[in-house]
This record gives sequence, structure tokens and C-alpha cells, in this order.
Amino acid sequence: MITKIKNVKRTPSGPLEHLFLENDLVLGWNLEQSADLELDGKGGLIVPAFLEPHAHLREPGQTEKEDLESGLSAATAGGYGTVVCMPNTIPVLDDPGILSSLIRKAETLGLARLRPSAALSRGQKGESLADLALLKEAGATMFTDDGRTNEDAHLLRRALEYAHSLGRVVSVHAEDASLRKDGVMNEGVVSEELGLPGNPWAAESGRVARDLELCELTGARLHIQHLSTRQALERVREAKKRGVNVTCEVCCHHLTLTDESLRGFNAVYKVAPPLRTQRDCDALLGGLLDGTVDCLATDHAPHTLAEKERDLLEAPFGIGNIEVAFPLLYTRLVLEKGLSLERLIHLMTEGVSRVLGWPPSTLEPGMPADVTVLDLETGREVKPLEFRSKAKFSPWAGETLKGWPILTLVRGKVAHQI
Amino acid sequence: MKHLLDFDDWNRGELESILETSNMMEQVLERPIKKVPALQGFTICTAFFENSTRTKVSFELAARRMSADVVSFASGASSLSKGESLRDTLETLKAMRMDCFIVRHPASGAAHQVAKFSNSPTVNAGDGRRAHPTQALLDAYTLKKHFGKLEGLKVAIIGDVRHSRVARSNAQLLKILGADVTLCGPAPLLPRELSGMARLTTDPLEAVKGAHAVMALRIQQERLSSGFLSSLYEYRAGYQVNEKLLKGAREDAIVMHPGPMLRDLEISGTLASSGRSVILEQVENGVAVRMAVLYHLLVGKK
Repeated sequence: MITKIKNVKRTPSGPLEHLFLENDLVLGWNLEQSADLELDGKGGLIVPAFLEPHAHLREPGQTEKEDLESGLSAATAGGYGTVVCMPNTIPVLDDPGILSSLIRKAETLGLARLRPSAALSRGQKGESLADLALLKEAGATMFTDDGRTNEDAHLLRRALEYAHSLGRVVSVHAEDASLRKDGVMNEGVVSEELGLPGNPWAAESGRVARDLELCELTGARLHIQHLSTRQALERVREAKKRGVNVTCEVCCHHLTLTDESLRGFNAVYKVAPPLRTQRDCDALLGGLLDGTVDCLATDHAPHTLAEKERDLLEAPFGIGNIEVAFPLLYTRLVLEKGLSLERLIHLMTEGVSRVLGWPPSTLEPGMPADVTVLDLETGREVKPLEFRSKAKFSPWAGETLKGWPILTLVRGKVAHQI
Repeated sequence: MKHLLDFDDWNRGELESILETSNMMEQVLERPIKKVPALQGFTICTAFFENSTRTKVSFELAARRMSADVVSFASGASSLSKGESLRDTLETLKAMRMDCFIVRHPASGAAHQVAKFSNSPTVNAGDGRRAHPTQALLDAYTLKKHFGKLEGLKVAIIGDVRHSRVARSNAQLLKILGADVTLCGPAPLLPRELSGMARLTTDPLEAVKGAHAVMALRIQQERLSSGFLSSLYEYRAGYQVNEKLLKGAREDAIVMHPGPMLRDLEISGTLASSGRSVILEQVENGVAVRMAVLYHLLVGKK
């Protein structure tokens, strides 16, 4: 089957072009060819579909918050073609059988591709190694105990060695639990004025420093998740200069929100690691520019509305954001702060594939037909009640953003269209 | 709709007006029949999600002296964390048509949530370690009664400042009313981030120099196991509010405590019972001040 996506641009100032797909692969550009299906890109920017390295889809076991269908649907609405889901489910994704069935289920949905991560330690308890080789065989693309922190350095070291021999990246939620304690927000002037337990920056940077040493010690591939502090960013920058084999990701909320948001006592802003200060936002943007940060992530972490309406001590941590990530970053960073559009797209496509060791994502002939068309011109309001995600609320509710995905194809089939 | 959640939305004039009304209410409490009909027909709900005897009783008395009907919702915080959301609890209470909520809760911002979900005037009786505005008001009222004014008074607050909503609310209120506040405690209990709120010092002698009032804050045993405090013995030696420390303050300085106090720990037992102590007056003034607050929120013109 030949699909023609007409009237798209490869750069904002470029000419209108037409992309041809044959079944689930890219056929070529501007071909003299008739098509079975014609889709109108309406002059939008065409990019390889975004890749999400870090999202919580809550299946199995927590499907009141989200499930594969709602989560992968939300992803396609956000312009994503592939999602790496996190293993902190119930039960934890530490069993090859569960992993396989999850992948099979996702394949039947016709939405974004699922490439699950698997637990690093059994039950994510941090006591013994999970069966990493069998999990890799079952389809695990990366190993992580995200959802928990890796308190035992010895176990993390052995896991790094083992994963390295299997050619897989280990991702870490780098926070020192003993410093973080019961902190619900960034420790600082705001947390003290609000009388809320704080999570100090050193909990992150100290643990990142430790993990960088382990990375260097083992020579393995380490990926630092949701980096949020300027201090931890600096540690990574220094380590990269020394040639340490580390990569890191930054989340869209850490680039656009600060701990001041908590003054409204709305637990929608409660997230781990917490929202930091403007200085940290600025430093992280600097990291996007100078290459210290390898890719962007959402850490899409949906919860039920009732859970997020609890008080700040009781509400669970997490922000659901996969449907608005690109428009948010395009509007706030590209339009308002001058980040280059090219760099933003790189951080959401090629940057991610390099971190995970996937083949490059381009729209050259023969490549998988995972394609997104973005409307960079039209401002649209964020309407959480219209989200595909079960978490129909958002820190950015009511804001007008540009850069909405208007067409997402996965395996050559339309998965999202406005 | 006006709430008393903290002093963020209150100006000096409004607050001084509350203190004036407190004076009138105090006079009511001196009569043989301690009742005014001002809140007759109003239903006031005390929603205490955290234990309290004195504050709860104080509010109940205040409401009843004004002829309001009072109902009490008491719940250990655990029942909420087992699933029923604060919102559901409040909507249940709201469906029973309360006119006003008085809330105490272990989480900062809970009173704001009550105000939002109940859509009724709400008084914060203490939310986490963030704010306790009626305590600050009764403390200010007590100070004003003693010294005739608040402007220019120097107040030292000594103890576990980090975990104290009394310290935060007093610092906020007294600043608005023109007084000078110094917060003092051992370093782990004195967050540097509060320097925008008041002067900070770890030296009690420096804190009490020239002070009109020295307020002692309660020390909680659990601070020992969580690394905030070395020992009660060491705390007592360094920070106890006692006769010796008071020598560094003004001769006419008064001694305060929000209660409940642990005699001979944060405050010397004899000092607490001495003529300089206004601790029982604070409690007495508490009812009058709370009457004034309820009056202002439910009846009084702004």
C-alpha cells in the first residue's frame, strides 16, 4: 500500500514536499507515483516520530492511572512513535514472560511502538540482580530500577558490568534516599516558607557523582535519568570531558517550571526529582545547547485525579505530560528562548536513539515509516479533559501553545490525526 | 470571601481591626453571662485532622460564646491516607451546609484546599509547620495589652524554629504590625532560608538583647532520632528560656509560650509560673481573639 503525505516541509523555511511510504517503510520524496492513501500535511513540519526514553504506562497493576492503550495513544497524540516504558509496575517488570506479553499486547494496538525497559534488580528491591540476559531476550531495551533509587553501590556496580556484557544501557534514578528523606519538594526558600519537607540538591548531585565513578570503574554505559539540578549537570559535564561513557536526559517540566509553582499547594506540581529553581532551569537549557544533555524525556507519570487532589504530603509524585511535551518545549524554549528547532528535534529523536543504541531515526528511503507532522503556526489551548491519557489534568492547563502534532504515523499507519 | 489561612491576603489595617474587636470580645468574657448573639444560626465545623485539645476547645468556646452551633469532625490523619480524599470529606461536610470551617491538618496547604473545596470561610488552626495565624494574633494581642503598642517591640522566639508554624506566623504578623522579630535555635533547627522572614541567630543571648518578650517553643522528642537534635540535656544547657537568659532582656520583658509546654525543658518551671510569664493570659486571650476572627469572617464589614 502506498501512502502519500503531501504538503509538508522538512525545514520551516523550506519548500512544500511530499513523502511517500510503502507499507511500513519510507519509499522516498516527491515521487511520480500514485497513492492508495493521501494525507494532507497542511504545510506542517515533517519529522521522524519522536522517541520517548522514559514514560510510566502503569501496566500491569496500576491501570486506574493509565494503561498501554491510553498511554500509547497519548504518546501518538504527542507525536511519539516509540515509547520506553518504566518497569516499576505491579508486579515489577523483572520477568521475561510479563515483558513478552506486554510487547505482544502493544503490537495489537496500532499505536506507538512499545520498547519496554526491565528492572535492574529483582522486584526492584536493590538486593539481587534480575535475569538481565533473559529479559534482554524477551525484548528489554534498557535496565533500570527507576521508581526506586539504587542505594547499594555494589549491586549497581555488578549490574553495570553484567548489562554492559549484554550490550544494554543501565539507567538510574540518581537520588540519595537518606538525604532526600521525606522531601516532597525542592529544599530552598520556598520549601521553608511553606513548611514542607525539602529534598536538597545534594541528594541528586551526590548520587550522580557516585554513579559516575561506578560508570568509570566498570567502563559500562550509564544513563542518568531526569537530571534536574545544575550541580548534577556540572558533574556530568566534567565526567564527559574525562571520557566517561555516560549520557543524561532532562525532562520538559524541569526546563519550564520551578519550585515557586508549589506556592499554590497544588499537588499536580509534586514530582520526583522535584521542580527546582530558575537558576537550574537556565543551567539545564545551557546543557541542551552545549551537548552535555543527550536527549529529552517526559517521565510521563500519570496518577488519578483523586490521588493528585490529596494534600502535598500524601499525594503521589509525578506529572503527566507526554501529549504536550513538544508544544511546550517548542513554545517555551524555541519561540521564547531561542533554542534552535533543529536541536530540539534532535534531542527528541536522534539523541534518544544514540542513548539507547538504536538505529538512527531519519526519513530516508528504507527507514521505518514512523512519521510526525507538526503545526508550528497555530496556537492551541492545552485542554486536559481532551487528553488521551487517563490523567486529565496538567500543570499547563489553559495555556496556549504552538507546535502541536497534527499527524502521527507508526509503521506507516495513521495513529493520530487532527 | 475572606479566609484566615495566613497573613498573605491581610493588610495592617484589617489586622489591627481584629485586635480591636478582640478587646471588645474580651469585655464580653468578663460579664457574668458570656454570650453575644452575633453568630446565632451559624454552623461552624471544626475539622481537626491532627490532635489538639487546647486549640480545639478554644475555638469551640469562641464559637459558642457567639451563639453559633458547633459541630466537630475529628479524624486521625491515617483515615484520610487510606483513600478518602480531603475533597470527598469536605464535600460530605459541605453537603450538610456548614457556614465556616476551622481546620487543623498535618500538611501545609490543607487549609487552602479546604477553602477551595468547601467554598466557605475557612480558618487555619494550623497546617503542617507552615502557619497558625490565630496563635500569632493572640500572641500579638497579648503583647499589645502589656506594652500598649506593637510598633517597635522587640520579640525573641527561641526553640525548634524549623518545625514551628507558630514561629513562622508570628514572624509574618509581627513584621506587618511594626514589631521586630528574632528567631533563634540550634543550627539544625534554624533554617537559613527563613532569613527573609526575620533576623536569625543561633545565639540566645544575642536574641534576647533588649527584647520586650521572649517566647519559648516546644521541643519534640522525635527530633532526637532524626538527627536534628543531639540531646535534651544539651538543648537545655544551651537554649532553655530561664531566669538567667532573661537577665539579658529588658527588665520589663515578658515570657511567652504557645503551649503545651514541657516544664524545665525548653522553659524553666519557675519562670513559667512567675510574674513575668503571660502564658495563661495567652490562653485566655485566645478565646477573645478567635471570637473576633469568627466575627470578622462571618459578619463584620471589611
